[in-house]
Amino acid sequence: MTVTFLMDGKEVTAQDGQTLLDVARENGIEIPTICFHEATTANAVCRICVVEVEGMRTLQPSCIVKAATNMKVQTRSEKVVRARKTILEMLSATMDLSEAADIQAMMKEYGARDERFPDAVRRESDIKDDNPMYIRDYSKCLLCWRCVQVCADDAQFTYAINFEGRGYETQIGTFFDKAIPQTTCVLCGQCVGVCPTGALKPKREFLLEKGKTPAEISVMNTGRKQRKPR
Amino acid sequence: MSEINLTPLKPAIEKYIPLGRSGLLPALHAAQKIYNWLPEEVASEIAKSLRVPLADVHGVIEFYSMYYNKPVGKKIIRVCTDQACALKNADGLLHHLCAHHGIEPHQTTEDLSLTIEPSPCLGICEQAPVALVDDQAETNISTDFHTYEVGTPRSIVDGTLRILTANCGNGPTSLEKYGKYAGLEKAQALGRLEVIEEVKASGLIGRGGAAFPTGIKGEGAERAIGDQKYVVCNADESEPGTFKDRVLLNDDPHRVIEGMCITAYAVGATKGYIYIRGEYPYIVPVLEHALSEAREAGYLGEHFDIEIRVGAGAYICGEETALFESIEGKRGFPRVKPPFPTTFGLFGEPTVINNVETLCNLPLIISEGAQGYRKFGTEKSPGPKLFCVSGDVAKPGLYEVSFGATMRELLDLAGGVANGRKLKAVLLGGAAGAFATEEHLDIKLTFEDLRAAGLPLGSGVVLVYDETRDMRDALHRIGHFFAHESCGKCYPCQMGTQRQMEILNRVAGGRVLEGDFVRLQDVGWTMTDASICGLGQTAASAVLSAMKLWPELFEVKS
Repeated sequence: MTVTFLMDGKEVTAQDGQTLLDVARENGIEIPTICFHEATTANAVCRICVVEVEGMRTLQPSCIVKAATNMKVQTRSEKVVRARKTILEMLSATMDLSEAADIQAMMKEYGARDERFPDAVRRESDIKDDNPMYIRDYSKCLLCWRCVQVCADDAQFTYAINFEGRGYETQIGTFFDKAIPQTTCVLCGQCVGVCPTGALKPKREFLLEKGKTPAEISVMNTGRKQRKPR
Repeated sequence: MSEINLTPLKPAIEKYIPLGRSGLLPALHAAQKIYNWLPEEVASEIAKSLRVPLADVHGVIEFYSMYYNKPVGKKIIRVCTDQACALKNADGLLHHLCAHHGIEPHQTTEDLSLTIEPSPCLGICEQAPVALVDDQAETNISTDFHTYEVGTPRSIVDGTLRILTANCGNGPTSLEKYGKYAGLEKAQALGRLEVIEEVKASGLIGRGGAAFPTGIKGEGAERAIGDQKYVVCNADESEPGTFKDRVLLNDDPHRVIEGMCITAYAVGATKGYIYIRGEYPYIVPVLEHALSEAREAGYLGEHFDIEIRVGAGAYICGEETALFESIEGKRGFPRVKPPFPTTFGLFGEPTVINNVETLCNLPLIISEGAQGYRKFGTEKSPGPKLFCVSGDVAKPGLYEVSFGATMRELLDLAGGVANGRKLKAVLLGGAAGAFATEEHLDIKLTFEDLRAAGLPLGSGVVLVYDETRDMRDALHRIGHFFAHESCGKCYPCQMGTQRQMEILNRVAGGRVLEGDFVRLQDVGWTMTDASICGLGQTAASAVLSAMKLWPELFEVKS
């Protein structure tokens, strides 16, 4: 079954059940995304992929809304652009985006200003360096949820991390803030792989950036057991 | 850290073990009753018993304001500092209490005897200022803070009609006094589909704030296919300025239960839940007693029974899908819709979820028939309606009128603006509502008339500010409220409520920056347009209305 509808005034055809985001990409229409990842369940958290659908009161997240016959979709209406730009400006006033190149590019494209929100309380936290595999720098976390999802039902089923706090004060955390080795974490690294901002980073990369040489790193006891000589 | 004795925990949470994860909130409540807070060992034991991941249990504790993962006082005083109480010097009360006990707000005394916290609206606005002291309310606290009433708050009920509130005003109504469930019996004689047709014909519109036609929900759930269907009573009344459901639940619980029974019969549901906010602990025993009376009388039992769930301090759980998540033992994150509750609701099954006042209309609709019911109200807003009138009026209280009364008529019933002063503004529909002024007084309080005027009916809040009030204070409280209550799931609301609060704090403090007006508008519109749920979509509603009415408040002072 296929459906036909209008996207930015152009007639497009989609498979029944296809998301608007998917259809847009197939048709060369660029819709930005932040929280969306092929490997995780789409939760429509970041709202950066919202589009305007005629007849709907609010903007719709294209990552989950399915194409339907006779839909009229605007992917870059004035409302859409205002929402995207404001979300990007708020992000910039909230966390450290220095290692989020995609988002910086988006900001440029939408004319989003770094200093739009003066005197904003930023989310800052110390780097958590508590295991040999990865570090956690939540000052860079934009709460895309991917790490929590892959740690749980989307991939690894370890449930080592969840959320702390609520609202603006939300942060990813472990049971009573335990160090990673004291949790159910199996150091699979999937969370590091899906992190879009460098908030989760391989320990080795972190040390290399700090100026350590590979030789220095190899003699550091990062917790890896030395193999017993046979 | 002192040793925690886990011996009393096991028997206390035993009955929740078969519920699995859904037993998490009740188990945490039970544990907190024993230990006063939730130490790591206790959380860990609960996690193991209910087979919930440790990190998830911690995530739940962290989400709800009334769960504590650090020691707190044996006694907790929660002083309401929201809109109506603020007009009655709630800040003074909070500071008086703190100074008296030598602590700051949010702090605990060194001997762990007392914690004092400011609280979002406690739903007792007509008897402001108020505080919740453990499980009891302290109301009508005097200006010198020395005299007050303690216990379950009184019900102050009046109006041109006394239909929904017929049994309200004299404490809980027993089943004997309520009489048999005549509406339910008539419904069973009519047949399921006839009941749904009757409700549709009555034109009943949901009273919780979202204004959805009740009959359509019932029809959707009746048609939906599922292993088990649920009826949920949304008693998480938390919209600042709203207290109608508190009065209905406490004084006339059988009307609510009968409404649930009628719904369950019509859609074929076998299980019901009443989800009541954690700030109404004094109503829980009333509901428990009423449920046992209904069981004894045979209205509840094998075919349909009702369980009470108590919230733990989270406004977002009034959002229907967040409420489901909460019953399921999770953080109260709203879900993406569609799918809608009628097909995919609680535990993924077809569910009808209705507000307390909405449910209370059902026995009336079935007993009187749709035509009889339509004698009240207007064509598009049929029936009686409850309004929560508070703030600067002579006689704050719950007023029942026929839909179609104007705001002026309602204020006249409440004795007009207090102390002979003039009206500055009315907050209609709560923090998620909008401000109205003198020029709106002759608008009929119906869904259609208010919509035409660009105003919301919301949950029936009419909160009055007299001419002496500084609206910047009201606005900064609204800003704080939403920043405190945002769940943090979607970006527009998670960051927008914070940015909105920051700007409103500048407005209140006379520190407006160049560009704040446009900034506030962009944040407001972005939350309204792009948020995932009703909380974010209305978090700027009152602020944007104030910007239209009083743009000068948001200007840079030179």
